[in-house]
Amino acid sequence: MKLREIKRVLLMLGIFLVLLAVIYPAVVTLVGRVAFPGKEAGSLIQKHGRVVGSSLIGQQFTSPGYFWPRPSAAASTLLGGSMPYDPLASGGSNLGPTNPKLVSPDPAVGEVSGAVRALRNSGVSGPLPIDLVTSSGSGLDPDITVEAARAQAARVAAARHMPLATVEQLIDAHTDSRWLGFIGTRRVNVLELNLALDAS
Amino acid sequence: MQNFEIYDLIEIAVFFAVLLLLVKPLGGYMAKVFQGEKNLLSPVMRPLERLIYRIAGIDEKKETGWKRYAFSLLLFNFTLMVFIFLVLLLQGVLPLNPEGLPRFSLPLAFNTAVSFATNTNWQAYSGESTASYFTQTVALTLSHFITPAIGTTVIIALIRGIVRRTVREIGNFWVDLTRSILYILLPIALVAAIFLISQGVIQNFSGYQAAHLVQPVTGAAGSSISKQTIPMGPVASFESIKLLGTNGGGFFGANSAHPYENPSPLTNFIEMLLFLAIPLSLTYTFGKMVGNTRQGWAILTAMMVILIASLGIMYWAEHAGNPLIHQQGVAGPNMEGKEVRFGIGGSTLFAAGTTATSDGAVNSMHDSYTPLGGGMTLFLMLLSEVVPGGVGSGLYTMLGFVIIAVFVAGLMIGRTPEYLGKKIEVREMWMSVIIVLTSGVSVLIFSGIALLISAGTSSILNPGPHGLSEVLYAFASGSNNNGSAFAGLNANTSFYNFTLGAGMLLGRFVPAVAALAMAGSLAVKKYVPPSVGTLPTDNLTFIGWLIVVVLIVGALTFLPALGLGPIIEHLIMTGRK
Repeated sequence: MKLREIKRVLLMLGIFLVLLAVIYPAVVTLVGRVAFPGKEAGSLIQKHGRVVGSSLIGQQFTSPGYFWPRPSAAASTLLGGSMPYDPLASGGSNLGPTNPKLVSPDPAVGEVSGAVRALRNSGVSGPLPIDLVTSSGSGLDPDITVEAARAQAARVAAARHMPLATVEQLIDAHTDSRWLGFIGTRRVNVLELNLALDAS
Repeated sequence: MQNFEIYDLIEIAVFFAVLLLLVKPLGGYMAKVFQGEKNLLSPVMRPLERLIYRIAGIDEKKETGWKRYAFSLLLFNFTLMVFIFLVLLLQGVLPLNPEGLPRFSLPLAFNTAVSFATNTNWQAYSGESTASYFTQTVALTLSHFITPAIGTTVIIALIRGIVRRTVREIGNFWVDLTRSILYILLPIALVAAIFLISQGVIQNFSGYQAAHLVQPVTGAAGSSISKQTIPMGPVASFESIKLLGTNGGGFFGANSAHPYENPSPLTNFIEMLLFLAIPLSLTYTFGKMVGNTRQGWAILTAMMVILIASLGIMYWAEHAGNPLIHQQGVAGPNMEGKEVRFGIGGSTLFAAGTTATSDGAVNSMHDSYTPLGGGMTLFLMLLSEVVPGGVGSGLYTMLGFVIIAVFVAGLMIGRTPEYLGKKIEVREMWMSVIIVLTSGVSVLIFSGIALLISAGTSSILNPGPHGLSEVLYAFASGSNNNGSAFAGLNANTSFYNFTLGAGMLLGRFVPAVAALAMAGSLAVKKYVPPSVGTLPTDNLTFIGWLIVVVLIVGALTFLPALGLGPIIEHLIMTGRK
């Protein structure tokens, strides 16, 4: 009786293995490829025939002529150095709310004060939107809030010798609103906005 | 400053409205499935179900007593665990590994196999740099389906024990398992996976993609980095069942915060529905099967009160933000560890839901929550995950609380302790206490050990009281089979891999077997018709009493630890210096 039960356990595991670990993912993959091509492959953005990123995955920008994303904790040593927005090391800082590495007013120690100093030095004034000085959960956040984009508009316009109004129009054109008007946050995709800047 | 964002409140209200509207249809459907009645999917699934029984030699009409039921369950579950363990150790030589990832180390393979086989899905590794596509689909997606199905078999058997009179049999494990997968988990997961792809969740078996950065960046060593490597994989088929089965193990390290797992506010909304729908709807299945749906609604009400109150505190704390950051000329709520697209509403709703169920997926980093906000995620797990808890496991643990509540109330007012026509006696009390207290005892003992030895304390990332919260969170998460983390803790050490693995095994199988034993002892009892001496268990008084019992058992066990961790840290954060 025990032996028969062991045989049954192995048979059932085999049946479910075929059904759930082979047929099910295969069906989902096929349907995805036929019905939503591009989306199943990562929403990659091509420019001049080569992949320049994904509209869902953030990238690091530091030059004054680009909109800056949020700080990123996805920095791995895999590439021989620390690279923010490294998708091979997704994750947050996991710093607690009283950890000096997060909240110390000394910019050499605290993540927040370091980001505040960099933004102030780049000419951003006024109260800073919090998303611009804190790192996201994934470390790959593709978005910033509309306020965070507006705070940087003057710097970008000056660096590119563009009228401020043009830059603000681009922000408006790249603002995603809340789904159905109430789900989520109004936000701007940094990579798409910066590519639009380069194209204008 | 305003205490809330109006859109967040609308989103939360609409979310709970949609969720509650699902309870009756989904719960009623599940009752039909487990009672073997004709249902919506019978025309498609019945032939497949029959075929499976024929291949495996299962007589679906033959039921067993609780011991045989538990034996099949444990044998099947442990075989699954060994299978996962072997796949992890052999990863290097198995196919579907375009990045050539090596095998898991022995302690990590043990921890991961235990974790996925117990519906915990604690992860001491990051998927994108550690697990091949073969591992993710063949081992982990498979366990994502099987472990919630096993949880469901236990609650269904327990309900039968309550309903049946003077019989030994509580059901056929193989039939309950098969039906749970074919009629409930597989169809919903399939539809959800395809929907997720339509919103940008990836699903492919390609190698990782190289992207040429728009602005090359300078690395730490002064080198110029011009490429970003973007991981690929069969994510959607993994993601949908990870949530639906209250599993929670992420395809990527960042879990549901990762844009490829959860790309938009809409996917976030759907993912939260996925992990709350089955555990909550099972209360209606329960009411339907015991022949009195008010009993199910009573339990659901108690669950919702605790869940919504906890969410309220968490939302308030996160929206108020961190004064230590505000002092630096920065305005806004606590966004450290949170994604812009979800905001505070979508992040805290997810965090409360994932710790109130046994899901453990995260769309924001709980370690970076404010002390009270993060404290609420810890609190919800320490209640043994009953509001509403994991698929199956949540309701059988809650029924343990119900029976304790009935018994204590009976003693206090001098009425016969009986529940739904069954006398509550010594054996049922023993089993209920085991169900309710196993995880708590395990949390306290293991956390105590971890805090005393350097192998435990050296893994802590954040100093001060927050470090205590990190350790407590790890064992609360493991022993309650949640799987989320205060992820600053470096858990990939031999000490944590083994102790957390032990906690997961205890927290999963001891209560499950106790619930089956209780099913067996209830099934053989006679039915006692309700009399004037019977305590009603479907009115507001009882709902209130049940809430009190859950809070007393859960909160008092951990009050000292919660005081030394989150509460002291809150005082430090808000204190004027």
